[in-house]
Amino acid sequence: MAVGGPSKSHGIAKRRAMADAVIGHVTDAGRARRRRFGLRSAMRRKSMTAFLMTSPLIVLIALLVVYPAVYSVNLATLNRSMEHFVGFGNFLFLFNRETFWMVVRQSCIFALTAVLFKAIFGFVVAHFVHNIPAKGQRKWRGMLLVPWVIPPAMSCLAWLWLFDPSYSAFNWVFEKFGIGPIPWTGDAMWARFSVILVNVWIGAPFFMIMYLAALKSVPEQLFEAAAVDGANFWQRTWYVTLPMMRNIIAITALFSLIVTFANFDIVRILTAGGPIDLTHVFATWAFRVGIEVGDIPLGASVSLFMVPILTVAAILILRDINRRGNEA
Amino acid sequence: MRGKLTRRRFLATTAASTALIAMPYVRGSHAAGRLSIVLWDHWVPGANNTSKMLVEEWAAREKVEVQIDYVNNQGNKLLLTTGAEAQAQSGHDVIALATWLPSDHANQLEPVDDIMEPLIKQNGALNATVEYLGKSQGHWIAVPATIGSQIKGPCSRIDLMKQYAGIDVQAMYPAGAPPKAENWTLEAFLKAAEACHKGGFPFGIGLGTTADSVDTAGAIFHSFGATLVDAKGNITVKSDPVRQALEYYTKLAKFFPPDAPAWDDASNNKWLISGRGALIMNPPSAWAVAKRDAPQVAEQCWTHGMAAGPKGRFAPFIPYFWGIWSFGKNKEAAKSLLVHLSQPAAVEKLVAASGGYDLPSFANLTTFKTWAEEGPPKGTLYHYPNPYNHQILSIAGAPAPPKIAVQIYIQGVMTKMTVRHLQGEPMERTLAWAENEVEGFLRT
Repeated sequence: MAVGGPSKSHGIAKRRAMADAVIGHVTDAGRARRRRFGLRSAMRRKSMTAFLMTSPLIVLIALLVVYPAVYSVNLATLNRSMEHFVGFGNFLFLFNRETFWMVVRQSCIFALTAVLFKAIFGFVVAHFVHNIPAKGQRKWRGMLLVPWVIPPAMSCLAWLWLFDPSYSAFNWVFEKFGIGPIPWTGDAMWARFSVILVNVWIGAPFFMIMYLAALKSVPEQLFEAAAVDGANFWQRTWYVTLPMMRNIIAITALFSLIVTFANFDIVRILTAGGPIDLTHVFATWAFRVGIEVGDIPLGASVSLFMVPILTVAAILILRDINRRGNEA
Repeated sequence: MRGKLTRRRFLATTAASTALIAMPYVRGSHAAGRLSIVLWDHWVPGANNTSKMLVEEWAAREKVEVQIDYVNNQGNKLLLTTGAEAQAQSGHDVIALATWLPSDHANQLEPVDDIMEPLIKQNGALNATVEYLGKSQGHWIAVPATIGSQIKGPCSRIDLMKQYAGIDVQAMYPAGAPPKAENWTLEAFLKAAEACHKGGFPFGIGLGTTADSVDTAGAIFHSFGATLVDAKGNITVKSDPVRQALEYYTKLAKFFPPDAPAWDDASNNKWLISGRGALIMNPPSAWAVAKRDAPQVAEQCWTHGMAAGPKGRFAPFIPYFWGIWSFGKNKEAAKSLLVHLSQPAAVEKLVAASGGYDLPSFANLTTFKTWAEEGPPKGTLYHYPNPYNHQILSIAGAPAPPKIAVQIYIQGVMTKMTVRHLQGEPMERTLAWAENEVEGFLRT
């Protein structure tokens, strides 16, 4: 007993110690869990704080973007009087309309041409501004951004007066040189030229400022190395500047493509889609059909038709950017 | 003492009780509730004051609290307001409806047969175009409004028409007397257009897709009996009357300004006011602006009837309506107000306030002194309201069912046909294009 006594008491103590250790461990784990899930710790975590801070915006986007988007999908599946579900009936109807395909073609011509010229002008002007001494650069940057910051409805009205069918200020000037009169908005070719020109005028400064930012981030050593290797201006541009700006060019082009495809105000104000519908784009045609004619489901279908086109463009461009990002 | 009822007290109590019971119901200041209305925001300065005064006069008499919102057409504001209220099933009680909107929202408008029948008895009949636009399934769904309704007939320059076309428009449409316009035919119109074009003052008629262009094309097509869709909904594009109308209008369009396909509703007004044209098709708004900005032009303007075609003398008529939403909260008050605004005295005030621009649709209300006296030149508006009914008031797209006609109208199918043919497209191809377009409008 005496022998066994201490040994037994030792065993009990050991077990107790083990139990304490276990309980202690459990208590620590509980504490840790409490710490992990407690409000204070949750608030301490950056991701939670970021989520909470952005939640008002998320709610706002859900209300102003997601809800209307879902609602427009719902509208696009209804008949003209919005009483019956017709599934893809409105889209099938559109596919059989000659005018609709003309609008698709025109939207593509308008968006692609405008984005191309905006990119070219933006690129060239960004180079000019980049080469201006830093002291006077801010002034030029500010001035060149003016077309972009003026509300488009206002600037388009000014352009409308310049292109006015009967009293065009441009024609008045051209007349002095024996040119014209040019039917700026009365002839299909000139009308398309006019709406693209105004779009380029408004949108090119955005490209310019993005490209300027990209140019400023290209390390000067690369140009110096290229110069040492004997590269001329075009070679420097082709082998150094453009590869270094590729991502910015792609993102800017994608962003602009989306905005230009969905453009409404320029065409609406300058030509209202005329003459004989030859300048209509998706948004103006959707407005004509949906609001003016009163066929809201068909109008919704026309505007939703932009989604697959832009989705394909977005996937292609973003995949390219990702691939290059991984390569880097 | 406490329980004692004296004779004097008994009499006083009885008298007071009797007086209380017999006292008439004294209404509060807005006992008949509230009413909210949308009226078309008039472009004539001060015209809104008259409509406001008339509404307030009625509101004070009927003890109704009224809220008036004036909504204009700039940027399709009135169209969008109507659409939004129809979608939301909420908004005003009474709304001003542009030409095609009653039929667009027929299911959401309160029938007004009960007030229209007495009004027609009182003010005279309504023309077929008003019935076509304001009725649905045999019932009146809106009341024709004086404010905004207009005829878009010719407004000619007296001097230029005399000088280049040899036409005395004042003699043809003398102030205060019936028209002597037997020779005023579409052939004469074509010759006059050619002569004025040669003289350097082309007729200012647009070929765009806005209302003024479409209304003129519609009247010309009707003059030949040409319809794109008949009243039963059958497509009638490939018909002889349509071919004749298209051929005629294309010939005429050769004498329009070369940029006419790009014209909007402001272009013809500017054309007349700037003194560049001999004739436009418009209500007298251009003349009214010319009075202010170019008085020498205004004093040469004469608004008159349309030229007659093989099937009659058709003038474009663009009526406005007042509708009562079926979800409106005070329909009885709304009806009472619309009756008040349609009384001859009220209509005369509205016409005077608009300088003669606004036209009542009722047959007996076309001879107010405003049209006889407005000037210069005096009597320039005398024939504007069609006082001798020598024109058939029509709307482009009719007689197709309104749901189809509105698409023909808004899409400007007739002006587009004209431009296509004018630009060299063979007639049959143009007709095939139009047929395909109209086919698409038949969907329900």
